[in-house]
Amino acid sequence: MKAAPLAVVVRAVRELGPEIREFTLAPADGGRFPTYSAGSHVVVSLPIGERVHRNAYSLLGDPAATDEWRIAVRRQSGSRGGSQWLHQHARPGLALEISWPVNLFSLVRTARHQILVAGGIGITPILGQARELARLGASFEAHYAYRGAANAAFADELQALAPSRVYLRDSERDGHLDFGALLARRPLGTHVYVCGPQSMVDAAKIAAARLGWPPGHIHSEQFLAPAGGEPFEVEMRASGRRFTVPRDLSLLEAIEAQGIDTPSLCRGGACGQCELEVLEADGTLHHHDVYLSDAERASGRKIMPCVSRLEGRCLVLNH
Amino acid sequence: MAIAFKTQESFRGDYSFRNSPEAVQRFPFPFHQDSYMYSVNMEPHGSGPVGSVFEHAFDIDEHYLAEIEDRRITLARDPQRCQSLPHMIDAEWDVVELLMTSLAQDYPEHFMLLRDGSHWTWINRPLNLRQSFIFGDAATLPCGPFEYITRQAQGDFVVMDQRDNNLFADCGMVTSQADWSLSFDLGMSFMEWHAPVPLAHELGIFERALKYLLMLQQGHPVRRLNWTMTVNPRLDTAPETYPEWGSDRASVTPQTAGDKVHLRVELQTLFRLPRSNAMLFGIRCYLASLAELATQPKWAARLHRVLNTLPPQLAEYKGLVRYQPLARQWLAAHDDGRELSLGTQPD
Repeated sequence: MKAAPLAVVVRAVRELGPEIREFTLAPADGGRFPTYSAGSHVVVSLPIGERVHRNAYSLLGDPAATDEWRIAVRRQSGSRGGSQWLHQHARPGLALEISWPVNLFSLVRTARHQILVAGGIGITPILGQARELARLGASFEAHYAYRGAANAAFADELQALAPSRVYLRDSERDGHLDFGALLARRPLGTHVYVCGPQSMVDAAKIAAARLGWPPGHIHSEQFLAPAGGEPFEVEMRASGRRFTVPRDLSLLEAIEAQGIDTPSLCRGGACGQCELEVLEADGTLHHHDVYLSDAERASGRKIMPCVSRLEGRCLVLNH
Repeated sequence: MAIAFKTQESFRGDYSFRNSPEAVQRFPFPFHQDSYMYSVNMEPHGSGPVGSVFEHAFDIDEHYLAEIEDRRITLARDPQRCQSLPHMIDAEWDVVELLMTSLAQDYPEHFMLLRDGSHWTWINRPLNLRQSFIFGDAATLPCGPFEYITRQAQGDFVVMDQRDNNLFADCGMVTSQADWSLSFDLGMSFMEWHAPVPLAHELGIFERALKYLLMLQQGHPVRRLNWTMTVNPRLDTAPETYPEWGSDRASVTPQTAGDKVHLRVELQTLFRLPRSNAMLFGIRCYLASLAELATQPKWAARLHRVLNTLPPQLAEYKGLVRYQPLARQWLAAHDDGRELSLGTQPD
């Protein structure tokens, strides 16, 4: 039951502000999506020219809805990447591939009180979390900061979810959120979730540390590092093979695609089975495993091909 | 194809549990080489070979009815074998959905699920049950949702909540455990409940396993095999009932070792749960006597060698020191010292 990517079509596009568009996605086969948990994101594959870009977007709708999912995308000015492409090309009927949902911004269900803080387009995971906490009847409050009323894309939806527990803040008029005040004198067991510009996340963490909050009670959104990377050459010295590892494949998958027999087990960088000896590396090894020790990484002599790869020209392996 | 469920067998009292030849054939023999040591032996839990215990997400076999009855008896004596902390209610429903949809899809001749929005009807033919309920409304089921469905599934289940970069054993149905207690471990973190395991901590195994599991993704379940040994085919080897089975370890004789000593293999599966972001940990127990294993000559010879070279700390932890010499002696007659192929498949 290994999960293939989900094939979707854009069902609707909604203009939410000068630079913000919401895209409603539906399963391409007319079936149902899996359920997901609030705070989850999906990775959308975008066919831009010859290349496939992978951008992560939070799911912002009702986690229990399985007929359609919603994402919102702010056009990044000067960007030639995914947000620009989506704004230009995504129309109802467009077919796309997305990953299964991944949640690296999950609610802590043992918390006594939850404070949700969104800055700008960072509202997207916060909306799902507010909806979830409202459904659970949990103690929570939501703060939504934006630059100018035109950018308050989801203020109405948020307020409808949690009347009287939503605090809106137009930073052009009211200035930045004062995290020192927001986080002071909170009951033990309070958790805070911040999604917004890096400066906002940093301000929250600094204020929380100053006030003595346990680090594990401050949460900020994280996305799964996209699999793959830039292509590079591999030489398998023992078997005399030479080939290219493309963007979309891991080093292990590329070796397997060559028909070369190589052991593997967990395919997540933990078991150690697929370890290979590096003879030469013309470039930088990027280790993403949890198996090799710091000393082994520093030696540059070992690589776990299921999750790690070379940034550079050629990797010579003793295999 | 319909499974022929055994109707007359027990995991206590007269211990009438036996494996059919087909059940022995599909036994998940865990040793792929002549020695054993802990490792992070987790791998994707995809669709395995037809007929194998890995074919489906949750394996149902000929012992289904007997195991369900054994669980009922254990729970009647000790309701604390099923516990769930209040924040796990969404995860409980996740387990209901995962088990019902998987079983109905994989065993359509035995299980059926009818869904009309949140109005669900679950039909379990082997147990002759038909239950209509509202998904998400626990009051519409005869007991808690997690207890309801795990009373109808083979194997133990623990649901782990993920928070603070750790996993917490916050919910469980545990009636066929290899000498550990849910009441004792409930609410513990991953490192806490694994603390008694020897040697593996020094090898960094739990640290790596935890990091791997924290990244487990929905739709990508993983599995591993674990093993121990049990005297008599008994599922309920819990600390709570130790007085009932502990002394069995001293009851093995050279004549009875082949039938009394059982290899106990756990097919452990891990699933990311969608609503709660929690993780389901399935512990599906398979038992086979030494005599049953010896119908596959390679398995008896290999188990002999594994027991001969097992580090003493592992033998002690697994509780098999008392009868290990007798098991080795019985198996020695099935090991001519020939070279055995790598891998777990019978020769």
